[in-house]
Amino acid sequence: MDLVTVLQVLDSTVRLATPLLLACLAGLFSERSGIFDIGLEGKMLAAAFASAAIAAVTGSVWLGLLAGIVASLLMSGIHGLASITFRGNQLISGVAINFLASGLTVLIAQDWFGQGGRTPSLMGGGRFEPITLPFAEALSGVPVLGPVYAELISGHSILVYVAFLMVPLSWFVLFRTRFGLRLRAVGEAPEAVDTAGVSVIGLRYAAVMICGLLCGLAGAYLATGLQAGFVREMTAGRGYIALAALIFAKWRPWYALSACLLFGLLQAVALRYQNIDLGGITIPVQVMDALPYILTVVILAGFVGKAIPPRAGGEPYVKER
Amino acid sequence: MTDTAPAIELKGISKAFGPVQANKDISIRVMPGTIHGIIGENGAGKSTLMSILYGFYKADAGEIWIQGKKTEIPDSQAAISAGIGMVFQHFKLVQNFTVLENVILGAEDGPMLRPSLARARGVLKQLSEEYELSVDPDQLIENLSVGHQQRVEILKALYRQADILILDEPTGVLTPAEADHLFRILDNLRAEGKTIVLITHKLREIMEITDTVSVMRRGEMTATVKTAETSPEQLAELMVGRKVLLRVDKEPAKPGAPILQVDTLRHVDRHGVERLKGVSLEVKAGEILGIAGVAGNGQSELLEVLGGYADASGTVRVNGTEIDLTGRRSDGQSRRARGIAHVPEDRQTEGLIMPYTAWENTVFGYHRDPRYQSGLLMNNALIKDEAQDKMTRYDVRPPNPNLAARNFSGGNQQKIVLAREIERDPDILLIGQPTRGVDIGAIEFIHQEIVRLRDQGKAILLVSVELDEILSLSDRIAVMFDGRIMGERLPSETDQTELGLLMAGVTERPDKPLIEAVDAQLEAKEAREAEQHD
Repeated sequence: MDLVTVLQVLDSTVRLATPLLLACLAGLFSERSGIFDIGLEGKMLAAAFASAAIAAVTGSVWLGLLAGIVASLLMSGIHGLASITFRGNQLISGVAINFLASGLTVLIAQDWFGQGGRTPSLMGGGRFEPITLPFAEALSGVPVLGPVYAELISGHSILVYVAFLMVPLSWFVLFRTRFGLRLRAVGEAPEAVDTAGVSVIGLRYAAVMICGLLCGLAGAYLATGLQAGFVREMTAGRGYIALAALIFAKWRPWYALSACLLFGLLQAVALRYQNIDLGGITIPVQVMDALPYILTVVILAGFVGKAIPPRAGGEPYVKER
Repeated sequence: MTDTAPAIELKGISKAFGPVQANKDISIRVMPGTIHGIIGENGAGKSTLMSILYGFYKADAGEIWIQGKKTEIPDSQAAISAGIGMVFQHFKLVQNFTVLENVILGAEDGPMLRPSLARARGVLKQLSEEYELSVDPDQLIENLSVGHQQRVEILKALYRQADILILDEPTGVLTPAEADHLFRILDNLRAEGKTIVLITHKLREIMEITDTVSVMRRGEMTATVKTAETSPEQLAELMVGRKVLLRVDKEPAKPGAPILQVDTLRHVDRHGVERLKGVSLEVKAGEILGIAGVAGNGQSELLEVLGGYADASGTVRVNGTEIDLTGRRSDGQSRRARGIAHVPEDRQTEGLIMPYTAWENTVFGYHRDPRYQSGLLMNNALIKDEAQDKMTRYDVRPPNPNLAARNFSGGNQQKIVLAREIERDPDILLIGQPTRGVDIGAIEFIHQEIVRLRDQGKAILLVSVELDEILSLSDRIAVMFDGRIMGERLPSETDQTELGLLMAGVTERPDKPLIEAVDAQLEAKEAREAEQHD
């Protein structure tokens, strides 16, 4: 395996990890505030469709991005209303959002574009183009470091950089600011926040909306960055993989980065090596494609050591005395 | 003091929840720089009243005056700005935050944490010196003892510059030494001019520390008296509305043959922590063995093992025959078959099924009795008849077997459990926290029942965190600390102080000042537990 191949796989890892990372951080904010969110998948899907549809119609990827975020925020609003205001079951609300997104996107896409539930392929200004970082050309001649910089670090779309910047930003917000302290507290002991005179409902809505924003970015990246347009069920379980990564990461931003890169790597390997030949036995492509999902199951089944979820997670807050 | 404004003045406060009038036209004046006790039975409306004061509920009618100013308190934020701090019975702390983080939560100086934390560290240092409130500011709450967690709650209030501190049943979870320390802290706070409202149902505490005491009964304020001018008997009567026997009347025990023999019992919980570290004890027919100890030192596990729902190693003999401690023949069913009846510590989760009716609850565990069967079905008519009879004899109020268990008060729930267990005529009665959350009137009844059983020749193992209860009921007292029996004493030859030391793991009277010796023991225990958790 030469450097070029390795770089290509890693480059692909970064791209594939990006939507996972954004969704994982989205879930992190929501779950840290005590709102479990199984609906990451649905929000991403809604955002993917809205961004692709609007980008296709207007030709502007930025308007598409905005539409994606709005769609995802709407879904978040539903989840917030159901699970915070009406104290419903958070899992059921999340599942409902997934169904809603899965059905609505295809229905509207068919109605608007008549292409079998997909949007037209995006081109030109309808997609996020790769950004070439400064000096990428000039440095590409330098051995090892040059190609690493030019191939791996440079040449991604803006949302990839945003996703990776979100990691230190999330860490800072959660662990160095007043908002973060209160957010973490409300997921652990909402009664402590309430008696301290801070609104539990306000904090939880804020968290759910941040989750919506990040899912919106993730979905928009899928449809306008990673691929060129929306196809039905294009999230393909990424929301669930992000949830697995979140548990794997023990609800911490930096661990979330590693977890998402790991899942991204698996997907990249699966994409690149469709058939692996092991001395006579050929591992079929389906096994490789299934690998990230199998790992998800293994991780969710508890092979992660001790991961303690936020203590008040999943519980609607009811004021008592 | 007559011309100073009261720190708190409530005028005509009323509050109803549906048809239940929790507070009826309550007026009270709490003078600054005093400790004011509020005493009353469960459901008398003490907590509701304080929740109104802390902005959790809105009163239907009435006015709140703080330091001579009429004040609206629509939420906790308003209460905090009015200078009111509250220490709840169940602490409102974030377990995996540090002390410092808990203290600043909601009272941060700005959007960034660092400056707030730095300032809080200084303030905390000063407060802890001023009031004997020392806690390690960087320790996580979950690693602190209950007593230290309570100090954090007090620090939280002081950090918010509270002048009025409300404490709701503060000593329920403390060792006697910790309670003494708390009272010293309260003394210091009073000396600094703070006003303290102490809600409790323990008459002894009221007599010990308060300046004034108000008594509540059924939502009404029945009396406010100077503590120096009253007596426990008078207060009990005001609380219950009739004369109450505070002491347990009993003849000396006439112990017979050993019924329950426990030898080197060990139990490891599901987190891998050893909760029982070789417990040996013996209970004879016709005696009450009281197990004293602070909650969480293995007493619960002892009851669970003996009651058949936790595995253990060691030997347990009932009437001389060994019983299984693991496997299929170690469960509640087989224990009952061997004559062990169990009144669990937590009646709401272990003793009763709350949504089920009282009559159903009176047969759980014994429902396979052939008497209650009628072909494939259960003979519900018979069960109901018997339930009605039991409820009348045990004075369960209201005596309606068709009500769900959750609709009864704590004392009446306990009577249902007692009726079920005692009526089966067991040889051994395990009874945990018999009067937790039970009104004084019902306590009297439950204590008399336990003594009556003893006099019938039953062996009774009593576990309670209430030292008064242990001292007045037991014929022998064993003290548990950290999964071991620290020693046995006769109630006539010991006192609260000695038992309190044993409860903190101190077996000899220390040369060091008491509080330091106790603190050292507790810290050692915490350290050991922290190690085991890792």
